[in-house]
Amino acid sequence: MTTLDLTTDVLVVGGGPAATWAALKAAGAGADVVLADKGYCGTSGATASAGTGVWYVPPEPAAREAAMASREALGGHLADRRWMARVLDQTYESVNELADEARYPFPTGPDGRPLRNGLQGPEYMRRMRMRVRRAGVRVLDHSPVGELLADTSGAVAGATGYRRQARQPYRVRAGAVVLATGGCAFLSGALGCNVNTGDGALFAAEAGAELSGMEFSNAYAIAPEHTSVTKTAFYTFATFFHEDGTVLEGAASQGGRSVIARALLEEKVYCRLDRADAAARAAMRLAQPNFFLTFDRLGIDPFAQRFAITLIAEGTVRGTGGIRLTGDDCATTVPGLYAAGDAATRELICGGFTGGGSHNAAWAISSGGWAGQAAARHARSLSGGARTRRTVPLGGAGLRPTGTPGPADGFREVVAAVQDEVLPYRKNYLRHGDGLAASLRALDDTWRRLRATLYAGDGDAVRARQAAAMVAHARWMYTAALARTETRGMAKRLDFPAQDPGQHHRVVTSGLDRVWTRPEPLTTAPREVA
Amino acid sequence: MIELVSAERCIACDKCVKVCPTNVFDRGPDGVPLLSRQEDCQTCFQCEANCPVDALFVAPVTHPLPDDRTVRDERHLDRTGLLGSYRRHIGWGRGRTPGSLRAVGPRLPAPGGRPPAPPITS
Repeated sequence: MTTLDLTTDVLVVGGGPAATWAALKAAGAGADVVLADKGYCGTSGATASAGTGVWYVPPEPAAREAAMASREALGGHLADRRWMARVLDQTYESVNELADEARYPFPTGPDGRPLRNGLQGPEYMRRMRMRVRRAGVRVLDHSPVGELLADTSGAVAGATGYRRQARQPYRVRAGAVVLATGGCAFLSGALGCNVNTGDGALFAAEAGAELSGMEFSNAYAIAPEHTSVTKTAFYTFATFFHEDGTVLEGAASQGGRSVIARALLEEKVYCRLDRADAAARAAMRLAQPNFFLTFDRLGIDPFAQRFAITLIAEGTVRGTGGIRLTGDDCATTVPGLYAAGDAATRELICGGFTGGGSHNAAWAISSGGWAGQAAARHARSLSGGARTRRTVPLGGAGLRPTGTPGPADGFREVVAAVQDEVLPYRKNYLRHGDGLAASLRALDDTWRRLRATLYAGDGDAVRARQAAAMVAHARWMYTAALARTETRGMAKRLDFPAQDPGQHHRVVTSGLDRVWTRPEPLTTAPREVA
Repeated sequence: MIELVSAERCIACDKCVKVCPTNVFDRGPDGVPLLSRQEDCQTCFQCEANCPVDALFVAPVTHPLPDDRTVRDERHLDRTGLLGSYRRHIGWGRGRTPGSLRAVGPRLPAPGGRPPAPPITS
C-alpha cells in the first residue's frame, strides 16, 4: 500500500496525558500538529486505565513549602526546588483550565469546595482526546512510530511508522518532535502499561540523546494475584499475612513493600483491608471504582477475606528515570527533539523517589505543555526549506539487523530474555552488585544477538522494536544502578546499604551497542528559556 | 482478560476495535468483533467501559480461562450484575451521572503527624 505522507510543524509521539497536553499547547501556539499513538489516544497508557492523583496544591506559601519538602529526603535530595515550584504553578493553572474550559466534572469536598487533586482515568483521557481534536490536531491511532528521521545536520525532522489497523506505512515530516511515549514496564501487565515499553527512550538514544536517573527503575506495585489492578493507595488500610495466617510483621504498602517481596520469594502472601472503617469502605468505592473490579468479579470481600497478592514491576513508569532534559523547555541534547511525561526523567521534581501517582501526573501536564510550546517555537524558527529537507532514518535494533534476519517471531525470545532479568524481585527489587553485573552480562548478550538478527515486518515491526527498546532500557537501568555504589532514594543496593554524601549527583547514561554513564553534578543550573 | 463478546447484544459499532489500546479485536465478517489477539489483552477494562450496549466482559485474571464457562455465560453475568458494571460505576451512558462527580474517597492516614491530605479522588 502507498505510504501516507504528512507534513507538519510538530509531531507528538504518544497518546497519554503528556502527549495530549503537548499537542494541545503546540496547537495553541499556532503550530500544525500530528499526534501518533501506538494504541488509541484516550485509552492508551497508565493514566487512562488507572486514574491518578494530581500534585495540585493551591498557591499558599505554607502549603507549597510542605508539598516541596515532603519527598526531598525520600528522593535522596536530587530534586530541584526551582523545577518543583514551576511544576506546582503550571499544574495548578492547567488543572483549573481542565475544570473551567474542558468542564471536567470534579467532585465537591466535605467543605463544599471543589476537590481537584485527582483525575479518573477514562473520564480525563476521553476529554483530553476531545480537546486535542477540537484544537485541530491530526490524530493517528494504532500507528506506532518505528523510527525517527533526522536532517543532515542531525536535527530530528520527523518519523516513520506503520498504521496497524489501516495496514499502511506512514511518514511524517516535522519541524520538531515531542516524545511522550511513557516509561517502560516491560510488558509486566501493570494496569494499562503494556503499551509502555520504553520506545521513546530507544528513539531518543538512536538520535544521540541522553537519559538520567535510570537507576530509579525498580518500582513494584501490589495487586491481587493473577490480576492487573496495580492501584496501591488503599493498601494503606491493609494487614499482610503469611501463608499460615500469622501477620507478616513489617509489611506495609509504604515503607514495607520490600518485606512483601522477600516473603514472596518463599511463600504466598495474603492481605486483608481490615483497617478501613465503614465510612472509609463506602468512600473507597466512589473514589476508585476500578480498584473493586477485581474483587467483585472474583467474588472476594477484600475487607473481610484474605486474598493472595503479588508485586508487579512498573519499571520507569513509577520509577523516575527517563530522557535527560537540558532546559526549562524540555529540550534534549538533540536539536528538534523534546521529551515529556514519563518518557522524560522526573528527577527534577521527585529526585530518586517514585513519581507514582500525583507527581507524575503533574509532571505530564506541565512538561507536556512546555515541550509542546517549545516544539512549536522551534518549528517556527526553521526556514521554509525545513518541510522539504533531506532526511535520514535513525532506527537500528529490531529494524535493520546487521546480520541475517532471524525468524519473524524472534521478538518472543527477546522479550522472555529481558523479562527474566528485570521482573524477578530477587534481581531488580532486591539489588546486589553481583546480581546486577550478571544480569547486565546476559542483557548485553541478548542485545548483541538481537542487533544482528531481530526483525519483523509491517504489523509486527512494532513488536520487534518494543523488544529492542526493553533490552536497551534494562541495560541503561542496570548500568546506572552499578554506577551508583550507594543507597539513595529507591535505588537501594544490598551491598551498599548507606547513602554516600560523595555520590550526591545524578547519573547520566546512554549508548546502544556500548552503554556508558557519567555523573552529573547538581550545581549545573538548567539553562533558562530566552 | 477479555472473555465475552455477546453477538446478541453487539450493534457492530466498531467502538471496541477502535479503542482497545493493544489492538486485540478485528472486525468480524458479520460485524461482530473477533478476539484476534486475545493474548495481547492487558485486562485494562477500557473496551467494556466504551461498549454502548454492555456486550463485552473482561474477566479479572490476566490469563485466558478456557475451562471457566461462567466468564462467558451472558445470562449469569447479567443476573449477577457484573455485565456492564464498570460502565455503570464510572457513570458512562445516557442518563447517568459521571462517577468522577461523586469520587470522594477516604483520607489516607498521614505519616509523621503531618496534616491529613485531602480525600483520595481517583
